Amino acid sequence: MTRVAVVRFPGSNCETETLAAVARAGGDAMLVDYRETHLRHADAVILPGGFSYGDYLRSGAIARFAPVMTAVRALADAGGAVLGICNGFQILCEAQLLPGALQRNAQQRFASRPVDVRIERTDTICTSDYAADEIIRIPIAHGEGRFVADPDTLDALELDHCVMLRYVPVDGTDAPYNPNGSMNDIAGLCNPAGTIVGFMPHPERRVDPALGPGVGQRFFTSLMSRIATGVAA
Amino acid sequence: MKIRVHVRIIPRTGLLDPEGQAIAHALSALGFAGVGDVRVGKAIEMTVEATSPDAAEASVRTMCERLLANPVTEDFSIKVERA
Repeated sequence: MTRVAVVRFPGSNCETETLAAVARAGGDAMLVDYRETHLRHADAVILPGGFSYGDYLRSGAIARFAPVMTAVRALADAGGAVLGICNGFQILCEAQLLPGALQRNAQQRFASRPVDVRIERTDTICTSDYAADEIIRIPIAHGEGRFVADPDTLDALELDHCVMLRYVPVDGTDAPYNPNGSMNDIAGLCNPAGTIVGFMPHPERRVDPALGPGVGQRFFTSLMSRIATGVAA
Repeated sequence: MKIRVHVRIIPRTGLLDPEGQAIAHALSALGFAGVGDVRVGKAIEMTVEATSPDAAEASVRTMCERLLANPVTEDFSIKVERA
């Protein structure tokens, strides 16, 4: 069975849903404390959403140095599957496992609502069960999700097809669709190999049918099949 | 020796600073005319045990590069109290 570690930092608050989403997709979900120094032979690790260390200093800045991050980095370096959701994405950027930074939303408010995003890479560890350029409606909940990077980094991200998720307009409306002012409408990134991914939306909040269409489920089923086929480390 | 060090961290010029913008709007609403480009950062003060003020400054510079400031979005400056 696929072993997936979900890390709990002080201030994480999405780990329970994330564990449930992994279990629902057929994985062996393990909660791993941030003080642990190994990931118990996990095939993949997920850094869940929340407010690690109260977002003190900057979102993810302190979590980046938690003991468990040495093991996360080792898994990433070995080509293993590493996912960061929301605060997890912020942590991956602070750890420089993904480029750029996530800044306070341009609209000056916490954004908690469904948004439309396009899946622009389907060869990553968590998007293979989506159709190319499929658009899904999925919740976000963050105050600091505005992706910024210097122009060279931004160009390289586009050139290397590292934009995995992008906010897109809803057909037939002029409503503002970029919820935070992210450069290039970036909602999620991956490394060129597609093994390290980070994104602001919360797929774990769209896997239980009681909460609406389960459009987030395929992030987790994709991860299971990717690991089962042994493509990721 | 114990040395007092002041660190100033400020969002890089050219990057949008929503908090600074909100404060600029509030100042304008209060009647303060001609206020622009408000930027909000952080001030961090600390006592550092070091052999000299220069050594303290070098140590804090490393702290800024590793943790206190984000090299993607922030600039920092360091002021060491020299007795």
